[in-house]
Order: sequence, then C-alpha cells, then structure tokens
Amino acid sequence: MWRIIHQFGSPPWVYRFCDKVIPWLMPITIVALLGGSVWGLLFAPTDYKQGDSYRIIYIHVPAAVVALAGYYVMALAGLVSLVWRVKLADTAMRAAAPIGAAYTAIALITGAIWGKPTWGAWWVWDARITSMLILFFLYVGVIALFEAYENKTVAARACAILSLVGTVNIPIIYKSVDWWYSLHQPASIKFTGSSAIDASMLYPLLGMIITFYALFALLMMLNLKQSLTEEYAQSAWLNKRLAA
Amino acid sequence: MHPKRKQRLIVALVIVFLSSVTIGLITYALRGNINLFYSPSEVAAGEAPIDRQIRVGGMVVEGSVRRASDRLETRFDVTDFVHSVTVTYDGILPDLFAEGEGVVATGKLGPNGVVTASEVLAKHDENYMPPEVAEALEKASARGSMQ
Repeated sequence: MWRIIHQFGSPPWVYRFCDKVIPWLMPITIVALLGGSVWGLLFAPTDYKQGDSYRIIYIHVPAAVVALAGYYVMALAGLVSLVWRVKLADTAMRAAAPIGAAYTAIALITGAIWGKPTWGAWWVWDARITSMLILFFLYVGVIALFEAYENKTVAARACAILSLVGTVNIPIIYKSVDWWYSLHQPASIKFTGSSAIDASMLYPLLGMIITFYALFALLMMLNLKQSLTEEYAQSAWLNKRLAA
Repeated sequence: MHPKRKQRLIVALVIVFLSSVTIGLITYALRGNINLFYSPSEVAAGEAPIDRQIRVGGMVVEGSVRRASDRLETRFDVTDFVHSVTVTYDGILPDLFAEGEGVVATGKLGPNGVVTASEVLAKHDENYMPPEVAEALEKASARGSMQ
C-alpha cells in the first residue's frame, strides 16, 4: 500500500505511467467524446418545453461537474505538497489549474448561451453563477500566483494555501441552488431517489460526464509529462527514456 | 507520522476550517443579498423595500395573465402558494413564460403592492423529458383528477 503511494511521488515512475496510459486513454476519450456528442446532440429526444436548446446540457453539465471535482484534485495535490513536501505534488497542482479553468470557462459560456433563450438573459448575478465565476478566478489565481514569485518553492506553497482555502467554495457552488433563491434550477440528477431527467436523456448525459472525467485525466497526464520534461531536462533518467 | 509533517497537516486543516467558518458567517450575514429575489410572502410581510429596484420570484398563477389589447403590457400574479403579488410588464416576455411556470421579475414595488417590472426572466425547473413522456404524464394526471 505505502509502496504504491510512494511510487506516485517518483517522477520517473509517473513519467513511465503516463507513457503507458496515454496511448490507449487518448483514442478511447476521443471516440467517447464524438460518440457522446452525436448521441446527445442527434439521437436523444427533444425536451417537451425547451425543444432543442436543452442539448447544451451535454456539454454544460459535464464541464461544470468536472470543474468542481478538478478543484479537489488541485487542492489535494496542494495539501500533499504542503505537508509532505513532495515536489511532484506541486507539479500536479499546477497541471490541474489551467484544465480546471478551461472547464469552468466552458460551463460559464455554455450556461450563458443556454440562459439567453431559456431565461431571457445571458447573465444573472445569482448565487450559482456568481460562485462559479469565483471558481474560475480561483483557478486563474493559482496560475497567476505561481508566476508572481521568483522563488518557485515559495510560489508552490502560496498556491497550495490558496487552493486549500478555495475548497470552501465547492460545497457553496454545489448547494447554492438549495440554500438561496436563485434563477438557476436545482440539480436534475439525484443520487438518491429518481432523477428529474428522463432516462433517455440521462444516459447520454452520464456518458458525457464520464468522458469529461477521462478527458481531465488525459489532459492532466499530458500536462504532467510536459512539466516533467521541462523540470528534469538535465536528468539521466529522462534523457535515457527520451533516447529509447 | 513525522511530528513535523503532523504539525503541518494540522496547520493546513486549521486554515481550511477557519476559512470555512469565516466564509460561512459572511454568507450567513449576507443571505438577504445572496437571494436573487424576494418571495411573494416576503413582499406581503413588508420585507421588500418600496420604490426601489427589487426582484420578485415565484410561479405565475394559472388564469391570471391578462394582456392589453393595444399594447405589449401584461399583468399577472406571482405566487409561492401562500401569498401572491401582481406584476405588470410592458415588454417582450421570454419564450418559456407561461402560466404555472416560474418567473423572476425585476422592477419597483409600488405602495399599492403592484410590481412594475422592467425585466421578466423565465425560471426553468429541473425537469427534463421528451414531449411524449410529458403528454403521457398529463393524460395520466387528467385521468386521475377525473376519478
């Protein structure tokens, strides 16, 4: 058990792990993305009230779900970096930030595009949308904060603290539609009881959520490999690996 | 666990805990501002300010929508099933505006208790289903109410 965890702190082991996983994860993700999009956009039934405009759900909800989950990935890496001083955890934290920011931006933009025909407004300052905007600023803040320091050890520590403090926002986003009066509707997918979305629309949505998780993992590994290549450009293990 | 790491772990967890408490208290104190709109009950209880821009949200009462014949002006009642508020709006309503559906109206509450809206937004609910399913549900409920 401990050996497996220790392996994740070893750059050569992680580099090799990424090299092994990426060649099969990449085609699976691309096929699933295409398949899920076609299923959701062409084959899922139209909605009784919104017509076809509801189909943006197949991008919006998966992006939003993984944007929240991705924040925990970043914060957990920050915690490991802060407490155990594992250098690879810094790299993982920095690798997650731009991906999370992109997912959050996609959720916000698709939400605005859906909001105009459904609500009648592109943007409303309700609790869900505002807290999601704060999530975007947190991701961008971690990227900016890291670049602001000359000393990268200090930078990583500051970023870890920022991402840990930011975790407070995640349950707020998740529960915002229940705690306060908001324009955004409550969740349609329910973990307990029956969902408020018909099964014929739910299955492609669940498929897309899983696919977006896979895409996050894939981008994370590509990002990690890139960062490790830069950080360990002078190391013997990397040069041996690249030469092979 | 190494005592130094244990200490750092405790510090990190205390930071998260304290910031949660701080933000929890702030959002609790600001809950009135975080709510996007007033419910008709709050308006009835006099909690909404008069002659200032506010939002009122709820369900459009069935059969309450009256349209002027020569203008865009529409009058309707918004309810939370306890109290209701009359809203007038002179403008184009969103496509999903309908009786029995949720709305959020931005406007001024007059001393007569009527909200003169400058914007009406449709509040969509969390139900997603194909038209056939909606039709079947409607038929089933109609049959149920006849018995």
